[in-house]
Amino acid sequence: MAEKAKTAAMALVLGEKDNVATAIVDIDPGEVPVMFNNGVKKVKVNQPIQYGHKFAVRDVGEDEDIIKYGEVIGISTKAIKTGEHVHVHNVASKRGRGDLEGKGA
Amino acid sequence: MMKFLGYRRPDGQVGTRNLIGVIPTTVCANEVAERITNQVNGATAFLHHQGCCQTPPDIERVSFILGRLGKHPNLAGVLIVSLGCESVLADEVAEDIAGSGKPVKKIVIQELGGAARATAQGTLLVQEMVIEASKLEREPCPVSELVYGIKCGASDTTSGLGANPVAGAAADIIIRNGGTVVFGETTEFIGAEHLLAKRGATPEIGQRILDIVERMENRAKAVGADMRGGQPTAGNIAGGLTTIEEKSLGAIVKSGTTPVVDVCEYGERPAKKGLVVMDSPGREPELLTGLAAAGCQVIVFTTGRGAPQGFPFVPVIKVTANSKTYERLKDHIDMSVSDVVAGVQTVGAAGEELAKEVLAVASGKTTKAEAIGYFAAMDIYCTGPVI
Repeated sequence: MAEKAKTAAMALVLGEKDNVATAIVDIDPGEVPVMFNNGVKKVKVNQPIQYGHKFAVRDVGEDEDIIKYGEVIGISTKAIKTGEHVHVHNVASKRGRGDLEGKGA
Repeated sequence: MMKFLGYRRPDGQVGTRNLIGVIPTTVCANEVAERITNQVNGATAFLHHQGCCQTPPDIERVSFILGRLGKHPNLAGVLIVSLGCESVLADEVAEDIAGSGKPVKKIVIQELGGAARATAQGTLLVQEMVIEASKLEREPCPVSELVYGIKCGASDTTSGLGANPVAGAAADIIIRNGGTVVFGETTEFIGAEHLLAKRGATPEIGQRILDIVERMENRAKAVGADMRGGQPTAGNIAGGLTTIEEKSLGAIVKSGTTPVVDVCEYGERPAKKGLVVMDSPGREPELLTGLAAAGCQVIVFTTGRGAPQGFPFVPVIKVTANSKTYERLKDHIDMSVSDVVAGVQTVGAAGEELAKEVLAVASGKTTKAEAIGYFAAMDIYCTGPVI
């Protein structure tokens, strides 16, 4: 049963603390089955998400850590709603930022 | 006991291929090296862009790496091709390689009177070496004599979800059986180094991991720009990877779960058996060269978007977890593990399959990159300017 549910999921959440899911098929807007640590739950996705891309599984404020694999992968540059595409347009890297050196960052 | 069939060399090392290497000591000798290998079956050239007009530390590195490559057990013999006036000293490189007990010859283009004569002379020498090498037969060797390298390139999200965990599972199997696994790409530890450092066999090894990451990040920062677009690359971003941290977290799982027993400099031969970190950049030509110089006899290369290259004398096994990439690029990719992402195959089962494939390729099975000879664009990682 669990195996069946697993194959039906269209996106994966990889850590308990994660606020993003990764699409494992191309996703159209609508209710989408997402595999969380404790089973499959539906999340309403509000825009098309390409295979391999991420969307928020809960609302994220501006300047909030983005968590995947249970680890910080960057920081939001604007507020992100549940179901919204999470990528370079709303997330910045915190590392290797030569552009911020000497600017108090 | 897990075994593979290899070629025993005079210095006791074991090769998985039995080729004659043609190694130019400077970029200016590339064409002659290439023409010689075009004319002799069983010979392969390591072409690069270094060897002259560089800072002394880089010249030293190039000499060291050319020596390490020449001593590689997959090469039964070596022809050094020198222009004659380059900074790298061809005699020293040749002497270094000859220390391994294998035959080494040298030609100098300026002394022989140009490319045509040098090509003719080199061709005759390499032809003889190939025939002599062909007399050697493979023999069973324990996995403890296998050193295999892991690289991930042209990554996308499926690399972190499927291909890299599978590569890690295979690494665990080979290491449990006494083998050695080398991985690098220090840039792709950024954001995940705390997890890797915890796996150091001693606190000192953990600290060295943190140190090499800091050194690499400072090099990137010194340019004064956000490195995104360079790392992660434009292709990584198109594939869904947003930041270097995300790329790194997906990348380090390719090293499996065993402790890191040593941290080596670029191209250095690991002194210990087990899992070894090699300080190195992420770009393919330099990273693959570093793994070969370290002595890796096989390389496992995971990819999401579809990186095509192999290496001139080390078989490179391409693995992807992206089903679309596998269908599109079957002539470059040796193995698909997309069932892992779909949840219908376990990482462990796919890891066992990959470990078997590593032994099959080590024993002589031809990889796709070898079959089509896709490996000419290699280089040596240098950190100073061309002067």
